[in-house]
Amino acid sequence: MMEPRHALDVVKAVVPPLATGVVIVAVWAWATRPGGLDAFVLPSPMAVLRALYQGWIGGTLLPHALATGKAALGGLVIGALAGLASGALIVLIRPLEYLMMPLVTALQSVPKIALAPLIISYFGFGLESKVFTVALLCFFPLFVAAATGMRAVDPRLLDMYRAFSASPLHILLHARLPAAAPYVFGALQIAVVLALIGCVVSEFVASTEGLGFIIKSGSGELDIAGMFAAILSLSAMGVAAGLLVKEAQRRIVFWS
Amino acid sequence: MAVAAYEQLRPTVVRAAPTHLEVADVSLTYESRRGRVPALDRLSFDVAQGAFVSVLGPSGCGKSTLLKLASGLLRPMAGRIRLAGEPVTAPRRDVGIVFQQPTLLPWKTVLENVLVPIRAMGRDASAGRERALELLRLVKLEPFAANYPHELSGGMQQRVGIARGLIHDPALLLMDEPFAALDAMTRETMMDELQRIWMSTGKSVLFITHSIPEAVYLSDRILVLSPRPGRLLHSVDVDLPRPRTIETMADPRFVALASRLRQAFVAMAEPA
Repeated sequence: MMEPRHALDVVKAVVPPLATGVVIVAVWAWATRPGGLDAFVLPSPMAVLRALYQGWIGGTLLPHALATGKAALGGLVIGALAGLASGALIVLIRPLEYLMMPLVTALQSVPKIALAPLIISYFGFGLESKVFTVALLCFFPLFVAAATGMRAVDPRLLDMYRAFSASPLHILLHARLPAAAPYVFGALQIAVVLALIGCVVSEFVASTEGLGFIIKSGSGELDIAGMFAAILSLSAMGVAAGLLVKEAQRRIVFWS
Repeated sequence: MAVAAYEQLRPTVVRAAPTHLEVADVSLTYESRRGRVPALDRLSFDVAQGAFVSVLGPSGCGKSTLLKLASGLLRPMAGRIRLAGEPVTAPRRDVGIVFQQPTLLPWKTVLENVLVPIRAMGRDASAGRERALELLRLVKLEPFAANYPHELSGGMQQRVGIARGLIHDPALLLMDEPFAALDAMTRETMMDELQRIWMSTGKSVLFITHSIPEAVYLSDRILVLSPRPGRLLHSVDVDLPRPRTIETMADPRFVALASRLRQAFVAMAEPA
């Protein structure tokens, strides 16, 4: 009985977006037909597909995608861990909140992207600048989610733990952290997107590799199809990372 | 004839036993933005070693406050609370608590939930595992040790809470309306199981409830509290023989006692 229903769910999830995609590509192909839009304005789907093929199979895009992925992942991990730890710290030590919160709020209202050139002048053209920019962007959503989630734990669970003589650190690890998990995964979804944005912006400003670098140099060389290929690669990376986070959440936060 | 048989069965009620929990002149007032709400007013009573004492009162008579005080989660504003002769200033390791709600961790298995006090107190959990399984057997949940709380019914979850309250072998068990959220059928089964557990472990129990039959069925002594602020109105000894059963509930003495308590409640509800 479950089988047909499951199959129907799959059809429902796959067919409508696929239909939309087909329509978009059809309109795109029609607009870029011979005698249509100029290839410098919008390359044809076939030209983009060729650029993608050459980039990934020919190997010109792969190292750049790896460079961007490495910096985005590194920055995400560092920023997320720092955000989690800081959030936990202000929940554990109340006075810290009064000391840190005004500063954190002030920093949060700075458009972090605006700091990218400054960061590059500090850390240079390499990996460090990208990682730092990404970490800075990813810190805030994780920090807020950790602090909020760890406070949102059922007060009856806290009373229960206190009644059984648990230390504040034990309560943090065994009650507050799991209770914050759904919030943390929500923030990770946002942070994944922010990580790619931060990385690409950093590569726009100054870099020698990465998909952001490809897009920027494509703009100078009028390699529009190559730019499209890099952009599509970026969105594929973003979608894949988002799905990974979603699957991790489904497995780890199995109770909600 | 039947009465004579009961007389013979009457157990030696532990009246001579030393005091386990001593509540003396305890008052507590909650301060809120809207003013001061007195919860308990000069409350005094003792729980003897191994005794089953119920606190019976209408909602909002400070019953749960009393339990938080006895557990050390709250400190009284006046009066004193002593456990085995020592003042209670913080939660103690020789006390177990069963809450009104199961308050289980949804991310831990039934077995791990029972082990929570052991781990919280930093004790060796591998030794506790055997005992946890034994307690799960006692509350008839051993086959569910590896399940998660959301896979259990409300009554089963509450039984996990009871096993958890007993895991560190506390001398005193505090229970805050543990059966209030259960349906009538489950509640009667649970009353029976609790009596069995209490008789086989010999712990002192302070049992908070608003159910008259529950109090009469389980207790050696019933303390009746007034509405807010909670004051001790009556202290009633229950010397019905143990183990009490469904038949006990039809015993004339059970019925008479329950009706006396009910009258005390009615008198309480009338404006003075």
